[in-house]
Parts: sequence; C-alpha cells; structure tokens
Amino acid sequence: MISYAFDYARPTTVEDALAQLDDDAKLLAGGHSLIPALKLRLSAPAKLVDIARIPALKGIRQDGNELVIGAATTHKEILSSDLIKEHLPMFAEGAALIGDPMIRYKGTIGGSIAHADPSADWPAMVIAAEGTVVVQSKSGTRSIAADDFFTGFYMTALEEGEIITEIRFPVPAEGTRMTYQKFTQPASRFAIVGCAAVRKPDGSARVAFTGVSDAAFRDTGVEEAVGDWSTAAIEAAAAKTAEGMELNVDHFASEAYRHHLARVYCKRALVAISE
Amino acid sequence: MAQITVKVNGKEHTSEVEPRLLLSHYLRDVLNLTGTHIGCDTSSCGSCTIHMDGMAVKSCSILAVQADGSEVTTIEGLATNGQLHPVQEGFKECHGLQCGFCTTGMIMSAADFLNQNPDPTEAEIRHALEGNFCRCTGYHNIVRSVQWAANAMSEGVIE
Amino acid sequence: MSNKYIGQSVKRIEDKRFITGKGRYTDDIKLLGMTHAAFVRSPYAHAIVVSIDTSAAQDMPGVMAIFTGDDIKATGIVGVPTGWQVNFKNGDTMKEPPHPLLVATGSTVKHIGDPVAVIIAESYAAAVDAAEMVEVEWEDLPAVTDPMKATQEGATLVHEDAPGNLAFDWELGNPLSEVDQAISESAHVTSLEFVNQRLVPNAIEPRAYIGQYDEVSDKYTLYTSTQNPHLIRLLMCAFVLGIPEHKVRVLGPDVGGGFGSKIYHYTEEALVTWASKQINRPIKWTETRSEAFQLDAHGRDHVTKAEMGFDADGNIKALRIKTFANLGAYLSTFAPAVPTYLHGTLLQGLYTTPKIHIDLQAVFTHTVAVDAYRGAGRPEATYLLERLVDLAALEMGKDPIQLRKQNFIPAFDGVDQPGYQTQVALQYDSGNYHGVVDKAMEMLGYEEFRRMQKEASQNGKLLGVGFSTYIEACGIAPSAVVGALGARAGLYESAQVRVQPTGKVSVYSGSHSHGQGHETTFAQIVADKFGIPMEDVDIIHGDSDAVAFGMGTYGSRSLAVGGSAIVKSIDKVLEKGAKIAAHKLECSEDDLEFDEGKWTVKGTDKSISFGDVALTAYVPHVYPQGLEPGLDFASFYDPTNFTYPFGCHIAVVEVDKETGKVKLNRFIAVDDVGNVINPMIVDGQIHGGLAQGIGQALLEGAIYDENGQLINASYMDYAMPRADDLPMFELGRQETPCPHNPLGVKGAGEAGCIGSTPAVVNAVIDALWSGGHKVKDIMMPLTPERVWTAMQQ
Repeated sequence: MISYAFDYARPTTVEDALAQLDDDAKLLAGGHSLIPALKLRLSAPAKLVDIARIPALKGIRQDGNELVIGAATTHKEILSSDLIKEHLPMFAEGAALIGDPMIRYKGTIGGSIAHADPSADWPAMVIAAEGTVVVQSKSGTRSIAADDFFTGFYMTALEEGEIITEIRFPVPAEGTRMTYQKFTQPASRFAIVGCAAVRKPDGSARVAFTGVSDAAFRDTGVEEAVGDWSTAAIEAAAAKTAEGMELNVDHFASEAYRHHLARVYCKRALVAISE
Repeated sequence: MAQITVKVNGKEHTSEVEPRLLLSHYLRDVLNLTGTHIGCDTSSCGSCTIHMDGMAVKSCSILAVQADGSEVTTIEGLATNGQLHPVQEGFKECHGLQCGFCTTGMIMSAADFLNQNPDPTEAEIRHALEGNFCRCTGYHNIVRSVQWAANAMSEGVIE
Repeated sequence: MSNKYIGQSVKRIEDKRFITGKGRYTDDIKLLGMTHAAFVRSPYAHAIVVSIDTSAAQDMPGVMAIFTGDDIKATGIVGVPTGWQVNFKNGDTMKEPPHPLLVATGSTVKHIGDPVAVIIAESYAAAVDAAEMVEVEWEDLPAVTDPMKATQEGATLVHEDAPGNLAFDWELGNPLSEVDQAISESAHVTSLEFVNQRLVPNAIEPRAYIGQYDEVSDKYTLYTSTQNPHLIRLLMCAFVLGIPEHKVRVLGPDVGGGFGSKIYHYTEEALVTWASKQINRPIKWTETRSEAFQLDAHGRDHVTKAEMGFDADGNIKALRIKTFANLGAYLSTFAPAVPTYLHGTLLQGLYTTPKIHIDLQAVFTHTVAVDAYRGAGRPEATYLLERLVDLAALEMGKDPIQLRKQNFIPAFDGVDQPGYQTQVALQYDSGNYHGVVDKAMEMLGYEEFRRMQKEASQNGKLLGVGFSTYIEACGIAPSAVVGALGARAGLYESAQVRVQPTGKVSVYSGSHSHGQGHETTFAQIVADKFGIPMEDVDIIHGDSDAVAFGMGTYGSRSLAVGGSAIVKSIDKVLEKGAKIAAHKLECSEDDLEFDEGKWTVKGTDKSISFGDVALTAYVPHVYPQGLEPGLDFASFYDPTNFTYPFGCHIAVVEVDKETGKVKLNRFIAVDDVGNVINPMIVDGQIHGGLAQGIGQALLEGAIYDENGQLINASYMDYAMPRADDLPMFELGRQETPCPHNPLGVKGAGEAGCIGSTPAVVNAVIDALWSGGHKVKDIMMPLTPERVWTAMQQ
C-alpha cells in the first residue's frame, strides 16, 4: 500500500501553515485516519501540511473560565492531563476508549473533529461539554459552537483554508457530573453508539451522541425529558433518544438495534451521573 | 524528495526520501531493519509498532518525513548492551510467540506499556494490547509474558 | 535414549531470532536487481474482460514489463490445479474448470480481486502507480454468492460447463433409506438448519513471493510464504508451468502463520516464477491486507440441514445431513476434500449413532476459493453434532452432559481392544471419551455453576455454560487411503537424519513450521533418542534443494507424520551405529545396549560414545567389513491410519440482557492429543486454536453482498479476537497414546479450533434459556445484535 505522490511541509507556526495551505493541500495532524486513507488511494492531495508539532496548537490550559485544548493535543495527552481529570473527567474517560495506545499517542482532538468520522468519540464529548471550535484562516479567526460544527457525514462547518487552532470549553461549575459511555465496534473500535452526558448543578442536562447518525448531534429531546433525574424520568428521557432521526446501518447494527443501543447507552450515561 | 535525519537505535541516519514513503518502509527497505513488520493497511494490527521519541507508535501510519528529527527504537535496538529487554525475555520464557510475525510489534507495545504501568493487572495488560493482533497464541501466553516481564523488572531480576 | 527432553516444556530454539527482529520472512528478503509486482484486479465479482489497454501504464517511470491474461494464454499455461478429485455420486468426473493466472480478454473474472494483468517495475511504488494506469473495459454481469441460491434453477453460472454450479455432489454413510427409516421411527427428532459461516484465515503475515531465474543454470528459485514448499514445487512444475522439478528450488523462509491459507498453490507464485525468466530479474510480490482478505482462500461456508433421531431413552438412533458447501469460484488445492473427507467422515463424532447419512452439494459461487482453514471440515462436523446434541438435551429436558455420555463410544486403547469402526469410513485409533469429560466437569465445578446460574437468573443476569466434545482425524494421512478418496498426492512425510563426523546432527524435515516450533520439538526427540544435548541438533526445513521431499505442515500432521519419519531415520542411524560400535568394542550387536548417548557391552563398563561412533563412520579405519562409511539416513513415513485426538470444551458466558453482548468468562479445554513431547508448545497450540474457534462463534464472518462485493475486507470491518476479548484459558490434558505411530502422538494444531466454537454457542443458548428465552439457535457470529434479537422473540 502506497499513497499517490505528494509534497510535504512541516511549518512551525499557524501562519506558516496557512501560507502553505493551498487548494490541493491537506492538513496532517496525527495522521491515523488520513494516512490509511492515502495508502488506500481514497484521497489524492498534492501536499500535506504537517501541523502536529506547531507549538501554538498544542497543550491544555485554563484561560479564566475556560479550558483550552490545542487542536494538535493528542488523546494520550488529554487522558493524562490533571486539568482535564479535574474539570472534564469525561474527556479522560472517553479518550482512553479511542483506538488503542499507539493511536492515542498520535491521534489529536483537532484532527478527529475536523475529520468528523460519524463514529468518532470526540464529537459527542465536545458537543456535550459545550465546546467552541476556534479556527484560523488567512482572513482571521472565528469561533464555531460545537453544536453547529458537525454538519453531516464527514462534514463540518470548516471552510477551505481554515485550521482548527483550539477548542474551548466553559469550566464546569462545581458539582457538574459527566460521563462518556461507548458501545464499541469490535473491529475498528470506533463507537457503534457513544453517548456523552453532562449533568449541571441546576439539574439541567447536555446529551450528545456519536455513531448513531451521519454526524454527532446534541439531543435536546433527551435533555428536556430528563426532568428530576428520577428513574422514571431517565427511562422516559432515554426513550426519546434520536427521535425521528435517520440512523446509521452497517453489518454491526441495523437501524432498529442501533436505536435500541442508543437508548440503552443514553440510559446508562444518565444513570451514571444521576446522583 | 525530502531530506530527513532520524536517529534509529542510537545511530543517526540522513536519507533522501519521497514524502509518501511510510516510516515502516523506510525502516525495512532503506535501513534494512526488517524486524518491523507490516501486517495491514488500516493502522489496525500493530505489527509495525516501534518507539518514536519514547512513545509506541504504528510506523505504517507515519510518514518517514514525519520522523525527521526524531529518535526511533525498533525491535533490533530494544536490547541494551547485549542484554535482552525483560519483555523479550518474558516472551521466550512464557512461550508468548509462535510464528513470530506479530511478536516484534507486540513486544514494543508491551515495553512501552510497562514503562507507564509497571505493576499491571491482567485486565490492564489485555486492554493495553488492544492495538496488536496475534493470530497464533490466543493472547494467553502473551499476557503471561508481560506479567513475567513486570515481575522481572520490579524484582530487579533483569536490569 | 535419554529422558532429558521429551515431555519437557523446553523453551523454543527459534524464539531468539523472533524476539530480536531477526526472523527472516519472505518480504524481508532482498535480492540483487529485484523488481516488484503489482496486479490489476477486478472490482467486480463477475464481469467480462472486454479489453485491456496497457499503453499508458507502459510509459510510466520504472515499468519493466506488463503481462496480461492474453500473454499468459499465448504461452499455453492453463492455470493452477486442485490437488484432490471427488467425483459425482453417479461417477461423473468432478467439474474442474481452469483457474488462470490472469484472466484473458473475452473471458470472465469470477470473484472480486481476480487479476487480469501484472505490472513489474523497478520499485513497489512504480508498480502500483502504473497498475492504476491500466485501462480495463469490463462488462458487469450478475453474480451469485450464496451456495443454496447458486444451485437453484436459473442461477447465474460461474462456469459454463458446470451446470447448476455444481462441482460435484457426494454422499457417505449408511443407505439413505435406512437412515430415513431410523429417523421416522425415532421417539424424538432434533433438527436444525444453520450456516457455518465463511471465515477469513488472517495469518498476520500477508502472503509474499519472490521469483528468481538464473540464466546460467537455467534454474528458478521461488521464495514463498508457504506451509509446504515441496508441494508448491510439485504443483507448479508438473501442473502449471511445465518446468522439470530439478530446475526449480522452492524456499520457505520463516512463515508468519498460515492456518491453512498458505497450503495452497496460488496463481501469484507461478506468475512471479514464470515472469522472472521473461524479464531475467527477480520479482517480489507481497500482498496487502486488502488483497489478503479478497484472495487468500477462506474457510467453512456450509449451509446445512441436520436431523438427529433419538429413542425414548435418549439414545441416538440416526443422523441425517444435507449440506451445501460453498467452494468459491475456483477449486483450491485441498478444496474438494474439505467438506467431504474431512467433514462427512467425522459425523460419527464420539457417539455410537448406528445410522448416518450425509448428502453434500459442492457449489461454485462468485467468491474467492474456500479451502481448509484450521480444523477444515472437522469444526463444521463438530459444530453440527454438538449443537444438535445440546439442543436435543434442551428439547428433551435432559442434562447435556449425561445425554452425551450415554451415547459415547466406550473407551478402547487400540492395542488390546480394536479400533472403533464408524459408519462413515474411518476407524478410530484409541480413545477414552468419558475421561476428558469427567476431567473438564471437575475443572468447571458443574453443581456450583448451576447454583450460581440460578442465583444470577434471580438477579436478572444471564449466565450460561456450554459443552462440546469432539473428535478429529488428523496426522493426515495414509497415502493409499487418501488416494482411494481422490487425493492426487501421497500424504507421507520424509526426514533425513545426518550425523556429522563430530556427532552433531542435522535433521532435514519435509514438515514446514509456520509457528509450530518444529526446531524445538523435533530437536527434543532427536537429542533424547541419541542421548546428546539439544544444542547438538539442528532442524533444517523449508528448502526443496536441501530436503529430499516433503508434504508440509497442515492437518495437525507434523509430529505424527513428520516426527515419525524422523524416528524412522533415527532408528536406522542407531542400527548402523550399533554395527560400528560392536566392531569397535569387539562384541556382537546383541550384546550392546544404547543408553545416555553410548553403546555399552551389557554387564560391563566397556562402551563407546555416539560421537566416537559418528567419527568412526566418517573415518572408517577400524570398521566392519562391507559396511558403507557415513551415518546419514533418509526415510519416508507413510502412516497406517489417521490419528484421532479428542476432547471436551466448556465455555462460561454472561450475556448482557440489554445489549445482547456476550462476555466469555471462562473457557475450559481438556484435550487428549496422545503423547506430548513439549507440553508448553502443545498448550500454545490449543490456546491459539481456542481463540480462532471462539472468534468464529462470537466475532468473525466474511460478508459478501449479493453483487459479490466483500463488504468487510479490512480489519476495520472484520472483527477478530483481541487480547481483551478473551479470558485466561483453563487447560487440562489426558494422554491416550496413538497406537500406530512410533511416538504415540496424535496432533494438537487444530483441536482448540474444533471443540471451542459449539461450546461458546451452546453457552449463549444456555444463558438465554436460563432467562426464559427458549431460543433454538442463533446464527454465527453471535453478534450482540443477533443475541439481542433472539431475546426479543
């Protein structure tokens, strides 16, 4: 397996990267989705712009009331971060379920959400944690709410010439509980169903799914039904999962079974954070 | 073509490579380090696992140009001063290999894992090896090999 | 003779190179001037190759040569043959359509990945780049992939000259009328229709070949990742390329797993060999994993209707089977033998069933060839029997173990008691079937489990236990028997034992390890038999120029057949050595005993060592008159019967009620593989087999859609067991020696894979019954969705 030929650039700043990012170029971060796709010749970029080592894109920090994760921060860095464990424990829990140890060393959160695999883990977690995706282009920066970011099957709100620089999350208020529950596809280890759920101190919920439909999505139907978090309310909320949506079908899960699993995993996630 | 300099098993190599050349092919075909094996094309099987800048990675999903400036250890460089790494010893002691093909990647993964978790449970070992396929052993003796290595390292039997 | 090594878990000699990255697999080999091949393959399962335009590819940088199917056709090379002929019930010859190296224009491709052209270039990248520039015009045709649909009226034909897509039909056992009658007279009949699904072998080393031609000697060398170098040479020379065998050397370097898939002679082997002469440069081809999924012969793929009749007391009275076996598009090397002589003949199982009949349709489809995959036919037979017996126990309200035991063949050692003659052609060698069951049950703690299961059930949890007992025929095989059954080769083995002048020993074996540890096990035998250290023994295999002949490694045969051949040669060495020793010690051979590496005159301290005798044989100054110098013997061993390992496997599972996901909590395997030379290696073989058998039950299965696309042709889509899918295995052992080979061994390579699959499925069914879900069957693999769906009914 070998890719078509391409050029390679490894800029050291975002500005350099933007300068390199012409029409036929693709960004390379961890590369664990892109490089296999190149090897299978499913994609033929003229140039790869390697942003994995740009210092400005790396690291996890607190910025006032926000936690900021650089786009090129790896799954492994996230799951090992004390800041994350303290404020966004769901991310540590979820990142540990991505791929395998070698993939977690190389794969990045920015790469994952930009690729927008409908079964990837990060999109659900990023939505549930109310992330804001910060992107930069030659014409400046803009912020996209995670709720609006995942627009379809491998599709995002990113435009040509934009680089994700960081993802920002409000620091959850004390007493917030969160979890990511995943039913794993046994071959790829992506999610057949992944449910990220957050319970705020005021009892309100944020619930998002991956694997269920063509793109990760926030499920307000579930959120609104969770009410007093009683067993009955959780049952009722879980029953509303993905209501009226068109669901993914593959040889691991039919539409009906996937819908059932999504409800089960919604319930499990809600129960896990109900007290 | 691009020029890269990679320190492999302690020795620096400077090479002209096509950007599309995978690190796994660079190691095997350019440096003749054929202990790194290629078992799939989807970054799934783990046969090509090496250490790059201290981390276990799948060299079939990394371009050689990405390794420019990096330090790489392959299975050929895992033993130090003629002394096998405890994981290598463990695999031999516990019959953790049969055909040997997945073995090199399996050992590289396990060695990295024990660096992080020197006293793992069986379940932790199994979880840590989720990125490496073995079709011969049923993993039973691989798990025992890693346990053996963990014991050897903690008891200072080796190193 | 000494007792230092045999029976000991000696650490493997071959490990040193593997754990340090010094193994040498075919793809690791680089030859001077080596070029690389890439193939142009069909994206369709069934299509006419209308035209091929290679002109753009010819102009690509680095391209040395391009060959198409038309080029091959022009040489008169027809294709690769099968090694086995099974005729129709009515005596008509099996349909054996050609399997071309490359499909020519005007012909049809018959499965995804069928090749039409090969590019040979200076580098791998150049070959792949150029392959994409070959323009092929295809005329897509309807495909058939299901073996039952393929035999229906009006089905698309895979081969014009195979009506109804039948390669052959076949039957075995008692007359059908007698079986019909026994079934109709039965007090209870358990019936089941099921699919034993298609599996992808997935040796982790993809196949790799290097063809090399030497102009001066007019000799070819083929490096190949194969389980049987000599068999490849025989097939390729005599049946494909028409090259005399002495002009071809086949080398099998280290081989990264096979599980059957590397037995067969593949088209690419012949192609790189042939083409290396055309371009006068070595050519390497290593398949990608994507190609491996599409091209390596798959396993299993039976659709079966099975009925088992019982009398009122639960005694099995009859078994009636109808099976459709999917053989794929072309007949692979062993393919015709798998559903017939490796499957139909095992339907006696461990039971005294008096009337058995199997009717089999062997069917062509637009899928890649199906051939022997670990166990090969015997897992299908075992699955069928053990699912039926288990289901019968549930239906009749009997204990599944008691029901089995009451129907078991009584113990026999094959020496004082005769072998057991089955209704399906075989004669079992020796067995003690109750023994393995009792041992496994003790390890399980049956009563305690049933108590826990009840408790779990009250807490809303689904625990289950599943049993399986099995017998297999391995150590294949007596040549006369397999010849009568249609084999086109003998299935003996050869071994040469060369004692060097220093007393060190080189053993040349026709067996060929691809993970089995022959270099260790064989050396244990040789060292003990000669009373020398293992370090003094080298095992040489995988080189057709070094080894006289060989039939290779498959069917759990290496030790039983290849090891026995080594013993024959050892005996010859010792016989001649005794002559030399007697001469040196000035006594009669009858006065000598050989022990601990020396010949001693009985009752004296006069002795001569093995090494001194070896030296004398090569420096024959003081030497028996008329005796040839040298100490070097070759032997061929042709077994007198198959060997029959057997065992009992038990799975304990928990089923997640909400998702249907099965967790394997325990797996107990008690196997009787005859005498054991290296327990560590035998355990390892069992472990690996268990994982593959469990994989079939829970995870694996190739899925062709109705257009013949293989929709899970990657590790992202084809689920295979990983470390965290499996528990630690609990093994037990019983040793009933094989009465008919000198080592008393039976074979351990496939046992794990044969017994485990039905145990897991039975355990899941048991778990569901414990929760009140009276489910008869669930199709493999038992994915969470299938188990969950079964619970909803």
